[in-house]
Amino acid sequence: MAERSFFLFLLLLFLSSAVEFSASIFEDQVGLMDWHQKYIGKVNHAVFHTQKTGRKRVVVSTEENVLASLDLRHGDIFWRHVLGPSDAIEAFDIALGKYVITLSSGGSILRAWNLPDGQMIWESFLKGSRSSKSMLLVQPSVGAEKETVLLAFYGGFLHAVSSIDGEILWRKDLGSESLEIQQIVQPVGIEVVYALGFDGSSQFAAYEINARNGELMKHESVHFSGSFSRENLVVSDGVFVALDASGSILVTVHFQNGEYSLQEMRISSLLGGNFGKAKLLGAKLPHMFALRNDKLTGFLKVTDEGKLETLERINNEVSISDSLSFAEKQRAFALVQHNDNKVEFRVKLGHEWNKDLLQETVNIDPNRGHVENVFINNYIRTDRSYGFRALIVLEDHSLLLVQQGEVVWKREDGLASILDVTTAELPVEKVGVSVSKVEENLHEWLKGHILKLKGTLMLATPEDVATIQGMRLKNSEKSKITRDHNGFRKLLIVLTRSGKVFALHTGDGRIVWSLLLRSLRKSEACTSPTGIRIYPWQIPHHHALDENPSVLVVGRCLPTDSGPGVLSFIDAYAGKEFDSVAPTHSVVQIIPLPFTDALEQRLHLLIDANQRAHLYPRSPEALTIFNREMSNVYWYTVVAENGIIRGYAPKSTSVNEGSDEYCFDPTDLWSIVFPMESEKIVAWVTRKLSEVVHTQAKVIADQDVMYKYISKNLLFVATTSPKGTGEIGSATPDESSLIVYLIDTVTGRILHRMIHKGCQAPVHAVLSENWVVYHYFNLRSHRFEMSVIEIYDQSRADNKDVWKLVIGKHNLTSPVSSYSRPEVKAESQSYFFTHSAKAIAVTSTAKGITSRQLLIGTVGDQVLALDKRYLDPRRKTDPTQAEKEEGLIPLTDSLPIIPQSYVTHALKVEGLRDIITVPAKLESTTLVFSYGVDLFLTRLAPSRTYDSLTEDFSYALLLLTIVVLVGAIFATWILSEKKELREKWR
Amino acid sequence: MSPIMGSCSALLLVAISLASLSSGIALSPGSAEGFSINGRVKIPGLAVKAFGNSGKISDAEVTLNGGSRITFLRPDGYFSFHNISAGTHLIEVSVIGYFFSPVRVDVSARNPGKVQAALTETRRSLSELVLEPLREEHYYEIREPFSIMSLVKSPMGLMVGFMLFAMFLMPKLAENMDPEEMRRTQEEMRSQGVPSLANMLPGAAR
Repeated sequence: MAERSFFLFLLLLFLSSAVEFSASIFEDQVGLMDWHQKYIGKVNHAVFHTQKTGRKRVVVSTEENVLASLDLRHGDIFWRHVLGPSDAIEAFDIALGKYVITLSSGGSILRAWNLPDGQMIWESFLKGSRSSKSMLLVQPSVGAEKETVLLAFYGGFLHAVSSIDGEILWRKDLGSESLEIQQIVQPVGIEVVYALGFDGSSQFAAYEINARNGELMKHESVHFSGSFSRENLVVSDGVFVALDASGSILVTVHFQNGEYSLQEMRISSLLGGNFGKAKLLGAKLPHMFALRNDKLTGFLKVTDEGKLETLERINNEVSISDSLSFAEKQRAFALVQHNDNKVEFRVKLGHEWNKDLLQETVNIDPNRGHVENVFINNYIRTDRSYGFRALIVLEDHSLLLVQQGEVVWKREDGLASILDVTTAELPVEKVGVSVSKVEENLHEWLKGHILKLKGTLMLATPEDVATIQGMRLKNSEKSKITRDHNGFRKLLIVLTRSGKVFALHTGDGRIVWSLLLRSLRKSEACTSPTGIRIYPWQIPHHHALDENPSVLVVGRCLPTDSGPGVLSFIDAYAGKEFDSVAPTHSVVQIIPLPFTDALEQRLHLLIDANQRAHLYPRSPEALTIFNREMSNVYWYTVVAENGIIRGYAPKSTSVNEGSDEYCFDPTDLWSIVFPMESEKIVAWVTRKLSEVVHTQAKVIADQDVMYKYISKNLLFVATTSPKGTGEIGSATPDESSLIVYLIDTVTGRILHRMIHKGCQAPVHAVLSENWVVYHYFNLRSHRFEMSVIEIYDQSRADNKDVWKLVIGKHNLTSPVSSYSRPEVKAESQSYFFTHSAKAIAVTSTAKGITSRQLLIGTVGDQVLALDKRYLDPRRKTDPTQAEKEEGLIPLTDSLPIIPQSYVTHALKVEGLRDIITVPAKLESTTLVFSYGVDLFLTRLAPSRTYDSLTEDFSYALLLLTIVVLVGAIFATWILSEKKELREKWR
Repeated sequence: MSPIMGSCSALLLVAISLASLSSGIALSPGSAEGFSINGRVKIPGLAVKAFGNSGKISDAEVTLNGGSRITFLRPDGYFSFHNISAGTHLIEVSVIGYFFSPVRVDVSARNPGKVQAALTETRRSLSELVLEPLREEHYYEIREPFSIMSLVKSPMGLMVGFMLFAMFLMPKLAENMDPEEMRRTQEEMRSQGVPSLANMLPGAAR
């Protein structure tokens, strides 16, 4: 009895420790199992810091709403801020050489950031009444001023803001219904601000405003016979250039000295022949501008007399930087042309077109696409001449710094916008590939372990600790490109928004290969392509290891659902596209089927906008397999806008025209229509297809058995009242309620329905095994809540009787069908949760034996691991002894947040969007990949690594013990020999 | 909160200004466009431990209503949201290394300027919108300092311990046995030919 209680005590001790700190690590283990990469996203504007002190920095704003300061030498991030999702940076500039001024959130928020450390200095809110273009004008600092006035245009108002504290000095209403201000100009050294724009479609309007007090000095308007397009530009300080609506007439307005004169000119007369519809390039150049049609780019110069001169016509695709002033009144700009895999970088002086200040050719990987944007900066060489460097943004969203014809550094910022992730196994280690290279000789191995032993015994000196740390991080085992025994090393294949696919190594996060997909590049057939999802396409069987696995990338040509789809097949080892399907039927939904053909290619059903199913791969064999299994294939669609969920099954081959034998018409099976006035679908989630469940039964404390209701066809749907879909606080508790459903997607049967009164969206949910956990906001208590629903099969509950099993009267072998109506029992419980969630995921392991943890992406961009046992509907305030032994945790009203169980420890995954878990081969362990602007990967063992020794395991201590034991054996042997001898003498 | 002198860190200046500034209004009457929420985040001791792995004030983020808007702190710890509708809102502060309770803020349309804020975790109401962390968060396990006990408790320690017990204490126990009985047992063992440790070792064959 005592033994038993002792054993239970040990078990409890183990369990309690496992619950509390199963994700925790020591500080010196950072970077051992995890890696973290920081990105910023596609740069859309860059400003170089020209102050002497911080010359080596550049400030950039990106499409991911990131404002960052980068080191010009290495491209590292000094500081960075991720602004809110609706807080896109419209414009920014450096004021006084020490503040970064940003205009964001559509132009309504003006912020100043300290340039060295990124601390926000002030924040100012601009008020406007109309929608309008927003603009920011920061006067370049001349000498050591203390203050400068910032001009910001937002909502029809021109605001003058002090750069010291963000105080609004004056604001001027420049608006009427038809007036659109397009440009704000303040010529250097003049106290007049010009606000230029259009009044109606064919009236040019100009306002001259006193820069000191905002008084309107003059209003002028000039009539134009045609109508303006919205493309316009201010060239130098006194010429406004615009195009007419047809893009064939160029309009210039000279507005210097209070005189306004408008000139029209046909573009074809300037650039010759049939130029077609022209576009103005936005680059700000001195006394010149550029026009582009779909084939060529023309440069035009505005002479002092107001005449236009054609400078050059360039046939290739060209990117132009804004002009940069260097030296005394010299202005230069960069021109970048892309030919094949070479980039020609030219710097031209503003006043002399024919002379190139600099001409360099840089080799750039053709896999990066064409140049999208270029920003230049100058520096003084050692021989006092001027040198130029350029930041180049490429089609794959990467950022390059080019200097002296070399790429100094590059950043793969396409990884900041991951759309989808899949994994592939690495190739098996081949015979002949030597492993010994990574293993040191015995002496070093022993030395390393003795050092580690010292570390664990806290006897190590700081130098030793540093050596240990270095040794651990250097461990080349984890970054080998071969499969490992534990399955920790894999390839993460990610699809990014730029259409580039990257393969990342899970060991250290480096890029193994990357590929800019040809089928996802802009072309005439495909005007605005986007990737949607990525799927494993072919996973070679253990016996066919010489074949490479491949992945399927699905994209579409238009951002709408009805846009034609594109498919691309990529070899996961070589990183090459081996097949692609040109723009074809639309793709709304992709269903991987649980069947593979003889080549181990997985069958996929692609559902188009008309709900027809297209089968891939298009081979007769796949068709045979599909026809055989067709009666078991079902799918459903959720139309959130209309509140309808529909279930379908494929019918025999489509008879519609334009279809083929691989296209199947749908049969409507069922539909669930939610009343629009009271319920709106806010979230739906199903089980992960690859999830493995170990056991159907759950043994509870009193030796009772509960059978989990496990079905792959379970769908969780959450709806709220229409008022509850808005942001938190927009509804009162009486106005909103959350209703959750568990639906069988084959029959459309609602298995369970539950109402949470006074709760609202956003809802984040995860469904696994027989349970669903969801996170929502409770308006009554004004806190976030998490609920769990567990669903059990009652029809099998009678199988507990041993006699029934013996006689054979059980129904355990009866086939499980969705068409039978199982009696199910659902249990539920709710808890408070402190933080708002950005994503919820659940750990998944190879065999599903290990207990599960929930991974919650919190508002602070951290990932919290929470044991599933905290979300168990059987929790109660005072569990019995037996239940405690089972591991039931006493009920508390809120879920605990233990800092040690943040899997991201002291790091932040900025802009967190999703969390992915991938099982390792080792049952206890799972890989967790979370991504947003940053990437973070770690290894988790939800119940500790019970099936292998940890990396911390001290082999030296084991060796020491063995030595001591062997020594002791000899000692006892000698002693016993002596004693025996003594006995014999007696 | 007492300012710490003797260092020229800018963050220390922040601490001093935090201590000297009087706390501000939490709500200001809005114009026709909406209301404003003004508040302040106060982290005692941040200046002192800013060199560790905990966050800096420039990295602090203040989130309104679960992510609809995000703002940052000014050097003195103040933050504000503008153009807010009347109703109940939720403010969350996130700084690495600290645990902040979300704050419920009621913006009343009838009494503009009325403050009503409460921590949702502790249900404590705030008279002014000054947010302080409930506790510090330590993300790492602390290594236990070396002790003989931890070594003894490890599996290898237990093995060595048992061996020592068998070597030195077992003979002592055996001595207490009756010599007659002892001899009988030994003879029994020899006659049965139980392989003893000595027999297995090389050179022990007699």
